[in-house]
Amino acid sequence: MSAFGHFSYWITMFLLAAGLYIVIARGHLVKKLVGLSIFQTSVYLLYIAPGKLVGGTAPIISDKFTVYSNPLPHVLILTAIVVGIATLALGLALVVRIREAYGSAEEDEILAQDERAARDARAT
Amino acid sequence: MISAHLPVLQVVVPLVAAPLIVLLRRGLVGYVLAMAASAFVAGSALSLLADVWHGGVISYAIGNWPPPWGIEYRIDAANAFVLALLGVIAVVVAAYARRSVAAEVPAEQHYLFYAMYCLCLAGLVGITVTGDAFNVFVFLEISSLSSYVLIAFGRDRRALLASYQYLILGTIGATFIVIGVGLLYMMTGTLNIADMAARIGAVEARRPVLAALAFLTVGISLKAALFPLHLWLPGAYAFAPSAVSAFLAATATKVSLYVLLRFYFTVFGATFVFDALPMGGVLIALSVAAMFVASATAVFQADFKKLLAYSSLGQIGYITLGIGFASKAGLTGGVVHLFNHAVTKGALFMLAGAVALRLGSVRLDRMDGLAKAMPLTCAGIVLGGLSLIGVPGTAGFVTKWYLVLAALEAGSWTLAFVPVASSLLAVAYVWRFVEVAYFRPPSAEVARLSEAPPGLLLPAGALLVAVVYFGIDPSLTVGAAARAADALLAGIR
Repeated sequence: MSAFGHFSYWITMFLLAAGLYIVIARGHLVKKLVGLSIFQTSVYLLYIAPGKLVGGTAPIISDKFTVYSNPLPHVLILTAIVVGIATLALGLALVVRIREAYGSAEEDEILAQDERAARDARAT
Repeated sequence: MISAHLPVLQVVVPLVAAPLIVLLRRGLVGYVLAMAASAFVAGSALSLLADVWHGGVISYAIGNWPPPWGIEYRIDAANAFVLALLGVIAVVVAAYARRSVAAEVPAEQHYLFYAMYCLCLAGLVGITVTGDAFNVFVFLEISSLSSYVLIAFGRDRRALLASYQYLILGTIGATFIVIGVGLLYMMTGTLNIADMAARIGAVEARRPVLAALAFLTVGISLKAALFPLHLWLPGAYAFAPSAVSAFLAATATKVSLYVLLRFYFTVFGATFVFDALPMGGVLIALSVAAMFVASATAVFQADFKKLLAYSSLGQIGYITLGIGFASKAGLTGGVVHLFNHAVTKGALFMLAGAVALRLGSVRLDRMDGLAKAMPLTCAGIVLGGLSLIGVPGTAGFVTKWYLVLAALEAGSWTLAFVPVASSLLAVAYVWRFVEVAYFRPPSAEVARLSEAPPGLLLPAGALLVAVVYFGIDPSLTVGAAARAADALLAGIR
């Protein structure tokens, strides 16, 4: 029961770990950003889930309601979503520039090019 | 009248300057506005520091919503010190940026550069003044996103990759910080830092608090480039434009370390972090590793800016060593090194930029006999290097003095020996520059060079004057740092 009662946390943890794994394990720069987005999204869930009460309503003072959900986490996460979008947009813009400069968006290939350039610089 | 609103104005002014610069689309206008915003931040920071000098706290309720319901800006001796550092460095770097940016960034992008500079400054000031934990995250992202862009302005294509890597690691760090703040919010029901500190002791379930501490420590350490979470830093500093390297090296990691101090001492309390948990030992171990591994790596760098970047990692170790002692002497040493390292490394990155401007490269193997062609620049680099080593009479010595005192106070002779031993590594990497620049005959390429323009030398010189002045008479910096240490230790002990 307790394990099921915390199911939203299990989902959060799964998304968190999955996102982080993609960031580390994938070599393609865009795929890394996808992982980063999943990782950030898991945090939205972490904030939103405890704010919700079963049967709770928006915090409007009225005789008809006694149970309210906490609206503050939603506001906070709205900010975090905006930050997440800005990060993703900037990240993708950087990948476009990197691809223009290196002709590739694969991390291994880019690092190999840098290494070759460094070796040539030492040789001359 | 207006001075009552200084705490918020110093965030608002650079924040408003940024879109204004973008709308006006003129490089020169951008420069003037960025300089004005930096000067405003410096002026208000110094006046706030004077206000809280004799103890006392300035609390500013945004929109007149009283804390803890509204967002509070809260200034005590600790963040006033960091704020003053930010303001001073921002002005000096802005003065340096005019000539340096003209040489390194295409003219049509100048206004964008200055807009990003203002945004970055607004973010850093915001992190420092805010008394709201979620605000810390928002401002952290403002400063981080703008610094990714600033780094990507670098001419070398490797700047793009360095910026991307910083973006990935920085975002992971910031997200960890949000997770930590979220867990604290769940357990205490508040986001106001002072309110959180008052309630955290009453939280019965300790496991989420421990998890919050872990997430915050890792997240902030990533942003502060604490060893071994430093992988983004060398590339970012080495390939960014010179003005950006100087600005970030002097401010960004320092502000992150301030956030670490704030969470450890004010929110969690030193009793919990250092007495109940072995965080002191962990920090000290990582700091010692940073001092030796990073400084040893610096010795073998071919690129002078990379050498300085690795040296920064070692110097961050000094600051975290001071934090790890969690004593008054240790914190004084750590906090004063925020300033001492900022002026030293700021000056060194500026002078490296001066070399890059004339030589077109900062590779050590191309600097043969550079002291003949650029005597002032090289003398400045040597002076900065002496402060990195910690020679008496320079600011770096003051830090080491307090760290050694703190180690002896903690009863550890080994730890007292550590800052001294790592200075030897600093001697080795500074000597590499001295040997190349002073003891080799100038190559044909170097012999043609002339001294760097005054637009670059004067700002760097101003910081070097501070290095020497606060090395000989440290009463002002150490006084401020000791007050900051008192303010931090006044939390629940």
